[in-house]
Amino acid sequence: MNDLRLAFHQFRYDQKTFWRDPATVFFTVALPLIFLFIFVTIFGNERLESRGNIKLSTYYVPGLVTLGVISATFVSLAISLTQLRENEVLKRVRGTPVPSRVFIAGQIGTAVVVAFLLVVVLTGLGRILYGVDLPGATLPGVILTLVIGGASFCALGIALTTIIPTENAAPAITNAVVLPLYFISGIFFPIDEAPGWLRTVADVFPIVHLAEALFTAFDPAADGPGIEVGHLAIVAAWGLAGLVVAVRFFRWTPRR
Amino acid sequence: MRAGEIFAFLGPNGAGKTTTVEILEGYRDRDAGEVSVLGVDPAAPTRAWRERIGIVLQSGKLRPHLTVRESVELFAGYYPAPRPVDETIELVGLTEQRDSRTERLSGGQQRRLDVALALIGDPELLFLDEPTTGFDPSARRNAWSLIAGLRQLGKTVFLTTHYMDEAQELADRVAIIAAGQIVAEGAPSELGGRGAAPCEIRFRLPEGAQADDLPLQVAVTDGRALLRTHDPIPALNALTSWALAQGVDLPGLEVERPSLEDVYLDLTEARP
Repeated sequence: MNDLRLAFHQFRYDQKTFWRDPATVFFTVALPLIFLFIFVTIFGNERLESRGNIKLSTYYVPGLVTLGVISATFVSLAISLTQLRENEVLKRVRGTPVPSRVFIAGQIGTAVVVAFLLVVVLTGLGRILYGVDLPGATLPGVILTLVIGGASFCALGIALTTIIPTENAAPAITNAVVLPLYFISGIFFPIDEAPGWLRTVADVFPIVHLAEALFTAFDPAADGPGIEVGHLAIVAAWGLAGLVVAVRFFRWTPRR
Repeated sequence: MRAGEIFAFLGPNGAGKTTTVEILEGYRDRDAGEVSVLGVDPAAPTRAWRERIGIVLQSGKLRPHLTVRESVELFAGYYPAPRPVDETIELVGLTEQRDSRTERLSGGQQRRLDVALALIGDPELLFLDEPTTGFDPSARRNAWSLIAGLRQLGKTVFLTTHYMDEAQELADRVAIIAAGQIVAEGAPSELGGRGAAPCEIRFRLPEGAQADDLPLQVAVTDGRALLRTHDPIPALNALTSWALAQGVDLPGLEVERPSLEDVYLDLTEARP
């Protein structure tokens, strides 16, 4: 209970730090919104034959929610924790009575709150500007998918810090990991017609599975609760692997 | 170390100061031997032990985008019985900057905020790793008065430094480390046998006087007299009484002990 209060204390100051950093706010929060606006404005009214002739605007909302969640958790945590590590902020915290798990919980809390906010804003804008249906019967699927996806990509972001050598390398390495995967996972345009081998490559990684799970959860025509067990299992497996790496190899002192 | 003292760990760069202090702080594992800090082995640091120590690292940035006050508040929340936030900010002289973001502080101000963050938990023992390296002279003076003030708060301070004057100014006791070995330990005035070393009294022989005229046995070369003694007061008394009685001067009279610098260079340079 005491630790929970301490984690909340840490979270409050992490929130201040997050929202006061213009670069972080732009790349994490503003960019997914800008992407939604651009893609839906250009392609929104086209129909997607491979998916029962739905409008592309309906396709883009869950896709960009996927990007928003990954950006708020995986990208944000990998970059900020590396910076804190290399600037000896983590080392300093390690010298205080704060338990490691409490400090990390504060960081994850910020990632989760930002991710949640992005989901709400992206879905809301999709509804208001482009008339995309809100999930109804599939709400359990939306929530379960976001929880599993958010947790897994937090773990993977913390795991990624273990191979990032310097502060300057953090944004480069993190974006080099996610950007190509966004493209081949159908975030920016549908890949249903892409060559089989490319889809096979994409299938190895978790992003396409989170996107597909969210697509079903957001699909107005879906039967049942909108839970994609297979896709979610793969996302969760990646998350668990990330957790093992993070717990085993996370460093509190600079690698320099 | 004793409670309530300022203990300086003095040595050249690369001598092992930071390695030692990081073992004491619980950051680094030791290869061998036993270590006890406040009765706890720092290799197995407990939360209760961390509440009793404060650490100022040698380098490292502050959390960006937070103000001085917010940074101190954040750390205050880590401890069960923190010191008052504003009072601690005032203690390190940052009251005027308390609403400034940490990234706008000067180097000296950032180090003072470091000290505030280490003090906020009201620790018994404070580690300061080279607190004034890279400071200009006036910033060093300010830092020194801040550190000397910690003694009034009843804190025990473990300080590492490669400045002899810093150790001399601040420390109750000094240990000199060279190439990983402690080569001398004691009060700054006694260090390296300084207290036991003979005093040197020098002067020029007065005009017309011979060495044999003097009341004491003195070595004279080229009219320059040199007297080494463990009892400078009677020797000086004898010499000056003689000079007064004779109505002569003792030109260029000097009394000298080996300086801390001599001792330090002697001890650290003789090592491989």
